Amino acid sequence: MKNKKIDKQLIKNIAIIVVVYAVVAGLLYGGFLTRQFRSLLVPVCINVILAVSLNLTTGFLGELTLGHAGFMSVGAYTGALITMNLNLPLVVEFPIALIAGGLMASLFGVIIGVPVLRLHGDYLAIVTLAFGEIIKSLINAMSVTNGAMGLSGIELHANYKHFTFVFILTILTIFAIKNMVNSRQGRAVCSIRDNYIAAEAVGIPVSKFKVMAFVVAAFFAGIAGVIYGHNVGTLKPTTFDYNKSIEILVIVVLGGMGSIKGSIIAAVILTILPEVLRGADEFRMLLYAIVLIAMMIFNSSQLKERILANDIVAKFTKVKKEA
Amino acid sequence: MGILQNILEQVINGLRSGSIYALIALGYTMVYGIAKMINFAHGDIIMVGAYALYVGITLLHLPIVAAVLFSIAVCTILGVVIERVAYKPLRSAPPLAVLITAIGVSFLLQSLSLLIFGATPIPQASIVTFEGIKIGGVSISGITIVTLIVTTICMIVLTWFIHKTKMGSAMRAVSEDKGAAELMGIDVNKTISLTFAIGSALAAIAGILYVCQYQSLRPTLGAMPGIKAFVAAVLGGIGSVPGAMLGGVILGLIESLSKAYISTELSDAIVFGILVLVLLVKPSGLLGKIRKEKV
Repeated sequence: MKNKKIDKQLIKNIAIIVVVYAVVAGLLYGGFLTRQFRSLLVPVCINVILAVSLNLTTGFLGELTLGHAGFMSVGAYTGALITMNLNLPLVVEFPIALIAGGLMASLFGVIIGVPVLRLHGDYLAIVTLAFGEIIKSLINAMSVTNGAMGLSGIELHANYKHFTFVFILTILTIFAIKNMVNSRQGRAVCSIRDNYIAAEAVGIPVSKFKVMAFVVAAFFAGIAGVIYGHNVGTLKPTTFDYNKSIEILVIVVLGGMGSIKGSIIAAVILTILPEVLRGADEFRMLLYAIVLIAMMIFNSSQLKERILANDIVAKFTKVKKEA
Repeated sequence: MGILQNILEQVINGLRSGSIYALIALGYTMVYGIAKMINFAHGDIIMVGAYALYVGITLLHLPIVAAVLFSIAVCTILGVVIERVAYKPLRSAPPLAVLITAIGVSFLLQSLSLLIFGATPIPQASIVTFEGIKIGGVSISGITIVTLIVTTICMIVLTWFIHKTKMGSAMRAVSEDKGAAELMGIDVNKTISLTFAIGSALAAIAGILYVCQYQSLRPTLGAMPGIKAFVAAVLGGIGSVPGAMLGGVILGLIESLSKAYISTELSDAIVFGILVLVLLVKPSGLLGKIRKEKV
């Protein structure tokens, strides 16, 4: 009985993926997309990967991370340096760059993991912010990354022409994180969020799972960074500042912390919306800020309780919560 | 110029920026002590203070003293309003929600000033026209002297206020135990508002001193000093007023000396590295108290 239910869900998910891919690929390769929309395809995928991976630490582990852009920059620079220095065919060098970028970023995740063992809450948020800034100023100071000038002329292995590959990577990321969250490890991570003292008391190695969540999130952020570098072709340390980290956080908060489906939808909306509303670009940051504040106040207000008590809306939110 | 003079000048520079950090750190540490939250928007109140000074002097043509008072008043009111509108509804919410709201407020202030004043830096001449002095080959600029005097006065007044007045005792009581303080008849909401008001006023002063130093206004001007002042507050022990002063001065010295003798680009990395190190070795900071977490 239970198996059948899971299978149904799986088939439904695969159907959704195939339909989404068919529509987007049809539009892209059929030449129906304008240049503006074509250039948005890969950034949407990148933001989905970033949001889903940040959701692992912020949503499921319950620790605010303000240095996600730092991991992304480590991956981006590692990947770019590899493809620029290896003169192998695309099929060989790009996967190497992806894996190396991800691994390098997760190495930094381990380094961040050390203070993570002792801290949580506000302090941990500040430490991740500090790590992001340290990474930025190290990249600025090193000669291999070309300092403040940044890298340019990176081969465009991940632009819209390679959309299929980027799409597959995005789907793989979502599946990996979704499966992890639904596994034994994922439940342990969620139990740490709900009450870490109780989790420790029932014998869950809290430190191990915290570091694991950080490392996995960093790995995928690194992969997103590699794709970013090979989509844009240039890298600058200032791209990966604190604001970038906040941008990802806004996606996660808007989509709902602890909801992978929400993160995906919010990532798509928040990447496309600012481009469609080009004229109102100055108001984008203002909108982000208001979204953050309003979501938080709404979440802990009585208004939400009342809406949830209403049956029709309750059904609607219940469907959302299952994600 | 000898090496000794050079070092002395760097130390004085460090004391100057350190005392500005200390002023900002006081706001962080007082709010943390009482409301148990990191007010991420504190750094941006510095920016508002600097812009308010510009509005007062350049647009409204106020005399300097009136412009300074105007800037302090704007920030004080802003601080109280932020607390009422954004943080008060979240008093009993989980810390993560409060932290995200604070980040949202910080972003809101930055993007509002971006919309109003634009992204291009606005030049603002220093309001300190007082020439520097030279003692034995070591030159000290006017702004440095003014900064040191103003911050010293602020700290003395604040210490007196916290320890000798009734409202100060109320603040200490609330920071120790909110529930018990309420039972003793202390108006907790009023005390929290007062704390935000004092912290924001100090931030305004810090903003004015900062803009006199760098003489240019940007919407993101407050972010870096804000984060560094937070490092200072953690270094000194968050929640401790003398700790914030000490932490600010130490951080300013480290930053100035590492800029001069190690590397300009790496000085930020060194400052943040210290934060990580302090949190690893002594999370309660130099003068902070250890709080045990209970189930």
